[in-house]
Amino acid sequence: MSALPTLSLIVFLPWAGALLLALMPKLGARGSRATALAFSLSTLALSAVAIGSFNPATTGYQLAELHDWIPSLNVHFSLGLDGLSLILVLLTAIIGPAGLLASWRQERDPRLMGIFFLVLQGSALGVFLALDFVPWFMFWELSLVPAYFLIKLWGGPGAPRAAYQFMVYTIGGSAFMLMGFAAIFLTTGTLDFPELSRLAADGTLASKLATLGGFWPHAVFLGVFLGLAVKVPLFPFHSWLPSAYAEAPVGASMFLTGVMSKMGVYGFLRILWPLFPAPLHAASPCLIWLAVAGVVFGAFAAMKQSDLKRMVAYSSINHVSYCLLALFAVSLVTRPGGSAATSALAGALLQMFNHGVSAAALFFCVGVLESRSGGRRGLGDFGGVRTAAPIFAGFCGISLFSSLGLPGLNGFVGEFLIFRGVWGLAPWCTAVACLGLFATAFFLLTFWQRVFHGPRAGAAAGAFSDLSRLEIATLVPLVALMFLFGVLPQLLTGLFNPLVAAWVGHLPLP
Amino acid sequence: MNALPWTIYVSFAGALLALLAGRRSPAAARVVALVSAAAAWGIALVAAVRFVPNPAGLQTLVDVPWIPQMGIRYCLAADGISLTLVILTGLAATAGILFSWNIEERAGEFFAFYLTLIGGVYGVFLSADAFLFFVFYEIAIVPKYFLIAIWGSTNREYGAMKLALYSFAGSSLVLAGILWAYVSGGGQSFALGDLAAAASHFTHAQQIGMFTLVFLGFAVLAGMFPFHTWAPTGHVAAPTGASMLLAGVVMKLGAYGCLRVALPLFPVGLAFWQPVILWLAVIGIVYAGLVALVQDDFKFVIGYSSVSHMGFVLLGLAAANARAVSGAVLQMFSHGVIAGLLFAVVGRMVYERTHTRKFADLRLMSLYRRLPFAAVVFVIAGLASMGMPGFSGFPAELTILIGVWQTSPWCTVVAALGVLVAAAFTLRAIQVAFFGAPSEAPVAGDSGPLPPITLAEKSGAVLLIGATVLIGLRPDLLLDLIRPALQSPVFQAVFNGGAP
Repeated sequence: MSALPTLSLIVFLPWAGALLLALMPKLGARGSRATALAFSLSTLALSAVAIGSFNPATTGYQLAELHDWIPSLNVHFSLGLDGLSLILVLLTAIIGPAGLLASWRQERDPRLMGIFFLVLQGSALGVFLALDFVPWFMFWELSLVPAYFLIKLWGGPGAPRAAYQFMVYTIGGSAFMLMGFAAIFLTTGTLDFPELSRLAADGTLASKLATLGGFWPHAVFLGVFLGLAVKVPLFPFHSWLPSAYAEAPVGASMFLTGVMSKMGVYGFLRILWPLFPAPLHAASPCLIWLAVAGVVFGAFAAMKQSDLKRMVAYSSINHVSYCLLALFAVSLVTRPGGSAATSALAGALLQMFNHGVSAAALFFCVGVLESRSGGRRGLGDFGGVRTAAPIFAGFCGISLFSSLGLPGLNGFVGEFLIFRGVWGLAPWCTAVACLGLFATAFFLLTFWQRVFHGPRAGAAAGAFSDLSRLEIATLVPLVALMFLFGVLPQLLTGLFNPLVAAWVGHLPLP
Repeated sequence: MNALPWTIYVSFAGALLALLAGRRSPAAARVVALVSAAAAWGIALVAAVRFVPNPAGLQTLVDVPWIPQMGIRYCLAADGISLTLVILTGLAATAGILFSWNIEERAGEFFAFYLTLIGGVYGVFLSADAFLFFVFYEIAIVPKYFLIAIWGSTNREYGAMKLALYSFAGSSLVLAGILWAYVSGGGQSFALGDLAAAASHFTHAQQIGMFTLVFLGFAVLAGMFPFHTWAPTGHVAAPTGASMLLAGVVMKLGAYGCLRVALPLFPVGLAFWQPVILWLAVIGIVYAGLVALVQDDFKFVIGYSSVSHMGFVLLGLAAANARAVSGAVLQMFSHGVIAGLLFAVVGRMVYERTHTRKFADLRLMSLYRRLPFAAVVFVIAGLASMGMPGFSGFPAELTILIGVWQTSPWCTVVAALGVLVAAAFTLRAIQVAFFGAPSEAPVAGDSGPLPPITLAEKSGAVLLIGATVLIGLRPDLLLDLIRPALQSPVFQAVFNGGAP
């Protein structure tokens, strides 16, 4: 127990920064950018503090904070940190500043953009740390607002429509989740996640929900499921994603894919699985095929894209679906223990982190191409970029291979663990999901070949400058992490292995 | 607490003074109006701070015979529910005057009507005698006709007439129902408590009949689907300050009437009609939302959104359990604040500067660059209206949903659809009205500078935003007033379907 409320500071410092920026309308572009970056980096500094006092061997919540908030609804402002939230806080701490750096050259109202970035970052952190439904949902919903405006105001020509779709889809999902939690509160009188998990583990929650009668306990599960599935997104709720990611400005795309897509997966792990073990088990034979469909469909759709940004967007559907594939495979299990389950879950957690880093780097690279070609980003618009910009080619190549899952880079470890685990739990699904692997390899290599190899052509035929120092500074941390966690994944797994072991140990039995 | 009746007297006195001051100058009338509205609001706030809930129910403030031959008494009383709505009235009235600061034409009369309306509203919220309730209710209806017919805009004669006719039709149903109960009860007393006691001896058929009349009459005024059509036309035709009051407070009179008169007097009637009312409420939520989605007049979007939000209030009332009803009262407060804010932006900040409310025109104006303050306020109000957590709409809707699960799970599913539709139409309005033009495009149309937002508008907006955020983060400030009131035997009987 430290004297400072570390977790509150992590969540609210970015918001404080946003408020500060909002109160200084006269601040120039440089000052705004610097202020936003400083507050964004505060998360990194504070997560270092949090890691310092974090004990991975303890599987409960650490640095917990608890304040009364709305007594009439038994709502507390409750924050807590475990291995799962820790790696996502770290991810946010890295992607947030990277997104701001990627937007450094944005000349149109950098102050407002900084405000939205900081609000977004704070909300995402709140989602990863809040342990009571109401604050969690507050952060979850509030994160949509800055994301909406970032897409809307700084996005491409199709941005208004994309932003609208993104927000209405997600709020639609959330409305049904809210409906579900209303029923949970009615039957249990609490909205506290750890408490509800305990009630679920001993079957109380299920029997209390059963008092709703008839089909309604299932409806509660479906409502919560829908809210999370739209956010991830799980196939077939993904149709908002490609245009939202593709129309967003570079920095926002990085944050959307790097962090926001993880909010949904986090919700599955933190809420849906612990609270509804039996319904999830019952639905898993069906859901696992949806995850497989996301893996395969995402990859094949990416293969068909001629727009590089849409290609990376579809590949995100593919990569995030691996995490859910692992979770659904584990929830199929009916006996405790099992190394397959451990491996699948550890892989899913690693994949969340790794995909965040790789996909953000890829979106940034596409942004570099766009900035050099006057906004073009077609697969056929470039050629021979490697000779024109060797440093860029190197960084982009590493990101592509990390995303592809080359051993030695970070992407490999997570996907390998997932496949290893899921193979033991649901072999057929693994076999089909392998199709996705091949397609991924195909389109990423096509990207590499068409854009970087061959004679200089298209936008790269004329002057094509290599990475600026600022751009290198944005990419270096991301690429360094790809190597670091490719070679030493135990740095990450060490933070959550005991937690995963505990999950598998008390694998909620239906 | 005992000063609460002064909210009524201060408003009526303010009306008279404003009329006199208006002969001198419009500015004097405004100041008088603002001072009296703020004073009444202050009285309400002080009363709320000093309020001690009483589990027995209404606490009498004044009780003197008025027409003893008919058993009519001048009886004012309050509990946490009336107190919540009195605070809302003070807030909406004060903010509405700030947004009417630019009224120059016959300002004295405008504010006189305005304050009379407010005085009537306070009277309704504090009456504990059905006859008195009705009198105040009529006092509130008349000024709103004049406010629209004289100072209104688009189609004002039609809007004013439609609104007045619907209101009178509604109130005559109420009057018929109350008189029926009064006569059947022996014609001794109009006091709500006495009527309720008498009504419990009526046959079920009688109770159901009386409930139908009274509830229907009030529900028309609350904008219940399918009797809501007066609301959007009336709100659109009204001048801004009056739209804020109509949507913010006057629609609550209907809901309050349902809660204070129809439900406690005839619980059996509610039990009989409950499924129908629940379904009309949720259909209203979704239907009005869908209609708002296809409007091309900015103010109509807000008008229909009010109907949609009032659907939540009716849903909570019809669910007839303490949780849902407390949510409904909270939603009344929340909607009063948010609707006021939305109408203020559309009617005052935007329309009076651009002289258009058509999305086709607004789309080209890039208003977020020309009126950034209005854009920020509308975005905040829009988010609050969507039920975003952190604003008052969220705890209200959550509480209602929890309560409705207990009564009718299907309705929660449809209500969730309503939340989705609300997000869709609000975002559409934000997008088209303020962020329509491509960001780089030159400003089309009349590109001259728009008059800046005045201090009065800014203070009004800050007041309302502050209220919705405060209640969003601390809903217990109001729920602690509302919940004890629902523990009273009168309401417990309602929740038990008429059994004592």
